[in-house]
Amino acid sequence: MKKIEIHTFSELLAQGKTPEILFWVGCAGSFDERAKKITKAFANILNQANVSFAVLGSEEGCTGDPAKRAGNEFLFQMQALSNIEVLNGYNVKKIVTTCPHCFNTLKNEYPELGGNYEVMHHTQFLKSLLNEGRLTVSGGAFKGKRITFHDPCYLGRANNVYEAPREVLEKLDAELSEMKSCKQKGLCCGAGGAQMFKDAEPGDKEINIKRTEEALDTKPDIIASGCPFCNTMLTDGIKNKKEEDNVQVLDIAELINQASDL
Amino acid sequence: MISILPNILFAIIFIFAIYHFSKNVKKIYRNINLGIKEDRSDNKKQRWLQMLRIAFGQSKMIDKPIVGILHIIVYVGFLVINIELLEIVVDGVLGTHRVFAPYLGSFYDFLISFFECFALLVIVSIVFFWSRRNILKINRFWKNEMKGWPKSDANYILYIEVVLMLLFLTMNGADLWLQNNAEDLNYIKAGSFPVSQFFLPLFGKFSVNTVFIIERTAWWLHILGILSFLNYLYYSKHLHILLAFPNTYFANLNPKGKFSNLKSVTGEVKMMMDPSIDPFSAPAADEVSKFGASDVSDLSWIQLLNAYTCTECGRCTSECPANQTGKKLSPRKIMMDTRDRLEEVSRNIDKNNGEFKSDGKQLLGNYISNEELWACTSCNACVEACPIGIDPLSIIIDMRRYLVMEKSDAPPELNNMMTNIENNGAPWPFNQMDKLNWRNEL
Repeated sequence: MKKIEIHTFSELLAQGKTPEILFWVGCAGSFDERAKKITKAFANILNQANVSFAVLGSEEGCTGDPAKRAGNEFLFQMQALSNIEVLNGYNVKKIVTTCPHCFNTLKNEYPELGGNYEVMHHTQFLKSLLNEGRLTVSGGAFKGKRITFHDPCYLGRANNVYEAPREVLEKLDAELSEMKSCKQKGLCCGAGGAQMFKDAEPGDKEINIKRTEEALDTKPDIIASGCPFCNTMLTDGIKNKKEEDNVQVLDIAELINQASDL
Repeated sequence: MISILPNILFAIIFIFAIYHFSKNVKKIYRNINLGIKEDRSDNKKQRWLQMLRIAFGQSKMIDKPIVGILHIIVYVGFLVINIELLEIVVDGVLGTHRVFAPYLGSFYDFLISFFECFALLVIVSIVFFWSRRNILKINRFWKNEMKGWPKSDANYILYIEVVLMLLFLTMNGADLWLQNNAEDLNYIKAGSFPVSQFFLPLFGKFSVNTVFIIERTAWWLHILGILSFLNYLYYSKHLHILLAFPNTYFANLNPKGKFSNLKSVTGEVKMMMDPSIDPFSAPAADEVSKFGASDVSDLSWIQLLNAYTCTECGRCTSECPANQTGKKLSPRKIMMDTRDRLEEVSRNIDKNNGEFKSDGKQLLGNYISNEELWACTSCNACVEACPIGIDPLSIIIDMRRYLVMEKSDAPPELNNMMTNIENNGAPWPFNQMDKLNWRNEL
């Protein structure tokens, strides 16, 4: 196994190299203990598949997504314009990110502000690596396991990406089962629209508990997702239901990282 | 002379009904244009296709298969039976009777048979609809915002439709009886009347004169009912039968996750970030002096069209994760509130000679509370669920923008989050310089 090497754009440029891809790590992927594991798993996959990539490191600022969804357009555009300055400065062409919120914002909301890039969610990128044969999975690790996939709203409904994560999961040779509400009808985990950062309004249940119940109804061994925030919400839900010994919440990058013939 | 009185009366009633209806249409047009301009003149082909698919083709109705099919029956019934309306109006004005029958011959028989079958299917469907609302009490029809007028309105529509269909069939049945039993009256033999023939025994013992009166009464009540229904639309959720078409034409074509970037903000942010720009040499900011929306006039005309189009079916609300978990937010209520406030503004304008006089009220606060707005997860389930392309989420976001940018009135935790982004470039209080620390943990 190769040693994992992570370089920033500026480090590579100093060596006279131009990476093909920018891995946009995002705030959760950089700071949240759980989400960092997803970041490391994906970085490992990129390394082993010999993808020429770099990160921005301390030059990466919040995309502004939570500010925008909260209604703070000023703060969003300040973040967007300063990020675009950095991205355009490095002449970035292609971005891959493990966060559907960053994905949506970079892909849909940056172009009007001068930031035009090809933006992919990591599940789409993993799919292309697998299809191109740059990455292979034997799947043995998950044989016979039941996996259910939770559609992140900002990947699914927001951008109509439903098949890429499922196609990647199919390679694992596991048993996939869909929740009662999935794809276009997928229920939110409760974190979107800046809810992640505040308490919920008064009600009779937490949204993440409801979604966790729907996931548990499929009797899964693993709940897969493609969003660090969904991951947090569902992990909390599993703990609340005292199912943490039976059910794991894992990102698709982590599943592939465990299964790939690296 | 006396014989043309009914024709004159008909013509007067018909013209008055159409005149009154067109006044309502003009009012809707005026009210929608109280909204901010937004250009949706792009991608005409794609827009036509979207309208054909979603409104004309009812493609999203069948997400719920049973009611979807029943709705399609009522919708097709409405379309085809309105073809008959053409003959009724010509007969009414010219004093003719079944004017098209001699020209169309057996095709006329086919058409009338087709209409009658649909009339029966419509009645059956409406019995289902009524039962779902009033006996099965499907949850989404019994939410808070459905109390009072919205509930009555929904039932009135069902009653009116059943009555209209029964009048249509009674009219045909009596007509068939007269064709068979009253040779002096010269009722043209117009066909087989597959459904209304079962009404014949009802008239068995009546005199020719009585059945003639029944036929005429049913004919008049049917057309008067339709003309009244047409004028009822403006006051009802039933307006969707017309507005679903423009609404789906103008609906958003972008990915649902793409929220608008406020142009008025871009200018200010650029100025803030680039000290070399002289704020006084910059072109004066356009007339937008307010960020976000606190009242209907701050919303776009699309959002106001959405409000008039909403038929309060509640598919949005039943898919809303906040609503499902007992929060106050209901996307349907957002649309209903917007229409109610817009109507209030409209009445205000009418009363004050075309000028809106401040009434000290607004959409935010008087209709929609902060609590509802902050419960939204922006998951787009409501937008996805709407069978006719309404976007409640955009209104929620515009009102949040007003709360945050004009009133600094966000929940304290969100203010913390935003302060963190401003200071650290992350929603948490971590230093941006530490963003790559994970690399050292590999």
